[in-house]
Amino acid sequence: MNLKPINIAIFIGATVLFLAIPLFASPYYVDLITKVLILSIFSASVNLLLGYTGLPSIGHAAFLGVAAYTVGILTTNGFQNFWSNSLLGIVSATLLAALFGLICVHTRGIRFLMITLALGEVIWGLVIKCRHITGGEDGIVGIKRPHHEFFWSLVGISNFYYFVCIVTIFTLFILYIIVRSPFGLSLVGIREDEERMLVLGYKVWLHKYLSFVLSGLFSGIAGVLWVYYNTYVGISSVGIMLSTNGLLMPILGGANFFLGPAIGAAVMTLVENIVSSLTTHWLMILGLLYIVVIVFVPNGILGGISDKLRGKV
Amino acid sequence: MEFWIINLLNGLSLGMIFFMLTSGFTLILGLMNVLHLAYGSFYLLSAYLGFTIIQRFENFWLACLLCLLLGALLGLLIERLVLGPLFGQHLPQALATVGGAYFLTGIALWIWRGNIYMLPKPSFLEDSVPLLGFFFPTYRLFIIFVGIILAIGLWLFQERTKAGAIIRAGVDDEEMARAMGIDIRFVFSAVFILASALAGITGVLGGPILGAFVGAEWEVLVLALVVVIIGGLGSILGAFVGSLAVGLLQVFTVALFPELSYFAIFAPMVIILAFRPQGFFGKK
Repeated sequence: MNLKPINIAIFIGATVLFLAIPLFASPYYVDLITKVLILSIFSASVNLLLGYTGLPSIGHAAFLGVAAYTVGILTTNGFQNFWSNSLLGIVSATLLAALFGLICVHTRGIRFLMITLALGEVIWGLVIKCRHITGGEDGIVGIKRPHHEFFWSLVGISNFYYFVCIVTIFTLFILYIIVRSPFGLSLVGIREDEERMLVLGYKVWLHKYLSFVLSGLFSGIAGVLWVYYNTYVGISSVGIMLSTNGLLMPILGGANFFLGPAIGAAVMTLVENIVSSLTTHWLMILGLLYIVVIVFVPNGILGGISDKLRGKV
Repeated sequence: MEFWIINLLNGLSLGMIFFMLTSGFTLILGLMNVLHLAYGSFYLLSAYLGFTIIQRFENFWLACLLCLLLGALLGLLIERLVLGPLFGQHLPQALATVGGAYFLTGIALWIWRGNIYMLPKPSFLEDSVPLLGFFFPTYRLFIIFVGIILAIGLWLFQERTKAGAIIRAGVDDEEMARAMGIDIRFVFSAVFILASALAGITGVLGGPILGAFVGAEWEVLVLALVVVIIGGLGSILGAFVGSLAVGLLQVFTVALFPELSYFAIFAPMVIILAFRPQGFFGKK
């Protein structure tokens, strides 16, 4: 793996910029950007499968949700240790992915989509049915952000933002290393031509399976942040809409680009924020957004920009 | 004994509703390779519209007719506006239909404000009739009857008509069918609209049992997915057997092991996926 100086410069520049945001932005926007960062991790985890491995999962809210519910259930039942709760949240998401992967990874395309959607709904139904543990449709309220348990209090908006920002940068950096590693390149190979990779001697199933499990793990990280961000975990965090949004965000930003999911998360959160302030019919607008993005911006925002640039040169 | 017969008939009638919902879904999937994720929203919108029509005009058959047309119209719109521009790209098509689902559910939320309705049964089917020594709701018998008629009709259509032969040719080998001079795109459109009309009329027929509420669209869709996974992609026979199996399983587990009822439909799906990934009647 080689890091070009320009990439390192962009990376450091972006880090400094993001860490400086609370100095000039109002708390409202700091809070909004916190949400964007968490959704960036989530959509990047979906894109590890979609963009790099070529597997469109429409059930990833299950992993985010399971991590979030694990943290929620532990914290409200007397387990206050931030580290162990977070770790258990991520582990539960990873284990669930390891289980689901066994069932769905050998398929691809439409079938993979169908099966992940159905499996995601299993978890959704489970959360609804296990009312005594999960709170059913009411969810779990009163989850406090760590105050004393951590090095510094995460209760305030800016403090929590700094924490999420550092975790996001770290997580995306790890993800970047993964997709640029020989393993990541073999995933792209599988996306492009599975049979050829098989003939070349790659353990195609194992690569896809590992990619699926890793993707679940990263969704789990997003889930832990998500529950502390909302200080609440409800049925929507295992819901179909979060799953489909997780798939739309990378496409909107550009699934073939590492930062595509993050751009998609930012644009989508912004659009939702603006539209929701104007009308109560967000669901209709969201539906139109899906259709417009998929019909008119199939390569995403970054794809469109790079096409333009290449056209000029 | 009474327990078994009553539940058997309940399970069969529920299974028949599932068949009405999944037969169109599986046809679209098998023929066009299109995962029609707005299918449940077609059901939802039709169920709501059916409820309003029955309230206003007190005419069950009018509701059936108008919802059949609504389904066909929605199918036409989605086919022309969403699937057409993405012809042949199966994954983007599936995602675009998610957009269609949200848009239509948004409309339902707007007009019916998220209310929960059980559609009224037509007055002449409200009673119970004696059957095998027990009283059984007429409406459930009516549903079983409609389901059987639909199954026979679809089977005759597929096996005995030229249009059916063309559809089978399209499922088996799309390129070859096109080479024989068949306008496959026209066939796709026709099947899509037909299947959508089926989802529409099921909104009225299934509404008295499944209900009309926001959230039903995904419940219906997931059910269709489970049935298709169990029965096999694109197989009408698979949809029929799968629907009845799921309907019976659901009714009997609710009666015998209510705690496990939710897993009743997913457990067979997971088992099938593990041991026979193509489904019972699926090819390859």
